[in-house]
Amino acid sequence: MKKYTYTETKDTRSGFGDGLLEAAQKNENVVGLCADLTGSLKMNAFENEFPERFFQVGISEANMMSMAAGMTIGGKIPFTGTFANFATSRVYDQVRQSIAYSNKNVKICASHAGLTLGEDGATHQVLEDLGMMKMLPGMVVINPCDYNQTKAATLAIAEYEGPVYLRFGRPKMPVFTPDNQEFKIGEAVMLNEGVDVTILATGHLVWEAIEAGHILADMGIDAEVINIHTIKPLDADAILKSVGKTGCVVTAEEHQMNGGLGDSVAQLLARKNPTPLEMVAVNDSFGESGVPALLMEKYGLTRTDIVKSVETVMKRK
Amino acid sequence: MANIQKLEQTVSQVRRDIVRMVHANNSGHPGGSLGCTEFLVALYFEIMKHDSSFNMDGKGEDLFFLSNGHISPVFYSVLAHSGYFDVAELATFRKIDSRLQGHPTTHEGLPGVRMASGSLGQGMSVAVGAAETKRLNGDDRIVYSLHGDGELQEGQIWEAAMYASAKKVDNLICTVDLNGQQIDGSTDEVMNMGSLEAKFTAFGFDVLVEKEGNNMTKVVAALEEAKSRTGNGKPICILLHTEMGNGVDYMMGSHKWHGVAPNDEELAIALAQNEETLGDY
Repeated sequence: MKKYTYTETKDTRSGFGDGLLEAAQKNENVVGLCADLTGSLKMNAFENEFPERFFQVGISEANMMSMAAGMTIGGKIPFTGTFANFATSRVYDQVRQSIAYSNKNVKICASHAGLTLGEDGATHQVLEDLGMMKMLPGMVVINPCDYNQTKAATLAIAEYEGPVYLRFGRPKMPVFTPDNQEFKIGEAVMLNEGVDVTILATGHLVWEAIEAGHILADMGIDAEVINIHTIKPLDADAILKSVGKTGCVVTAEEHQMNGGLGDSVAQLLARKNPTPLEMVAVNDSFGESGVPALLMEKYGLTRTDIVKSVETVMKRK
Repeated sequence: MANIQKLEQTVSQVRRDIVRMVHANNSGHPGGSLGCTEFLVALYFEIMKHDSSFNMDGKGEDLFFLSNGHISPVFYSVLAHSGYFDVAELATFRKIDSRLQGHPTTHEGLPGVRMASGSLGQGMSVAVGAAETKRLNGDDRIVYSLHGDGELQEGQIWEAAMYASAKKVDNLICTVDLNGQQIDGSTDEVMNMGSLEAKFTAFGFDVLVEKEGNNMTKVVAALEEAKSRTGNGKPICILLHTEMGNGVDYMMGSHKWHGVAPNDEELAIALAQNEETLGDY
């Protein structure tokens, strides 16, 4: 079993900020829009280096989304920045009509997703965004796991032609994926091979899945751990191959069970290879204020919860 | 100097197309389409520099965004007569497998359409975005948009308006089709918006009011005047008073023809009032 180590923790939003700056240095068509959250989205470095390509729209997310769609006409590649809640549920119709249906090359970049936003509470802790975005035809949905991967994903989506939703967050997380990695949209990353159970994790839950794998190894369970950084298009081949070997699956995500990664995997397996599946996700509930780690514990999104789900699903094989 | 007579001949043909398209499907929005016919004909046949070979980016061209997408019949007819696609395709309006969807979209690749619209209130933001890109590209052409007056009840319009004036987007001409009607009745009855001239002025626009939006000479003059005022640090708004259903006497001035198609008899009356000038599709 591969041991993942890290020397520092960083927030995924900083990976976005640094990736945006680099993407802008590489391509003069990259522009950024922000709805009064420049510091929170780590867009300051981009703004400072390219002030003429930075568009402060104030607290008007609906205007920002449709404006970004309009900016593509003439060849710009707009990256919009706001909190995940305001990038999805607040502006769903703008994203649907002006960006997705109109097939515009807009990158919807969303920070502070999920419970790990912490103390601000449920008004800001969107847990439905992956579901909303993946339902839109043609929308690519990405949820990277650490700083390095978020930076790589930001660079990759600048090269990709079409609408993308990129989700990241606020807390500092272990940086364990390689620096300067190549990010392939829609291609799952094998983290640890195993034969007893498949653990499919996305975003902040990927590190928890790796840690769960070690706990399971101590229990004599050989878990396969895969990072599903792209929710849509889902890497069906990688998932079916793994499941064909292990015969059972646990999904893990910082999202509602309805509409999330687990839901996508269930849909795939039900059609292609019905397999016992357990989901580590928020179960039809809003979040609340609190320290992120305690919230993750209360809502059942830790390595311990992954281990418990593995034990449950293995009995169903 | 504009050839007003020729523009009016085009208007007559476009009005025939509108009522025929809506009648053929027993669905669509004739009222607002008929009211905006002079405006769209003036824009495409006199005012804008545009290329009907159509490139999505429209660099070096003036751009138009229809925010009130339900008046698609007038938009489609004007695009077809401008050469963006064959007028025969107007016969496919609202039918299955058509590029002429009920509300305009880029999804089916119809030349001339750069953004889907239909869900109201988004078009001014889109136009502002396109105008910002023109400024970044050093492209000095103008971005035009059209909005219904009822549509101004959508909050996003005012977000876009606030942005346009704060950021001095002065290559933008937003026209409001002021016909005073919306689905449930007059705009005053449904949601009295007070003085739109005062509102747009307060939001930092350079506002022009044209009382005769169905008079071609006046419409061309208003658009020329608006063009001459671009580049002065303010977005421009034309409040264009029109008559819903203009050109078809029994439809004029009533919200009842917002989204209702004429029957066979009514179609015949409408066609008799609008001469065939360029050939029916």
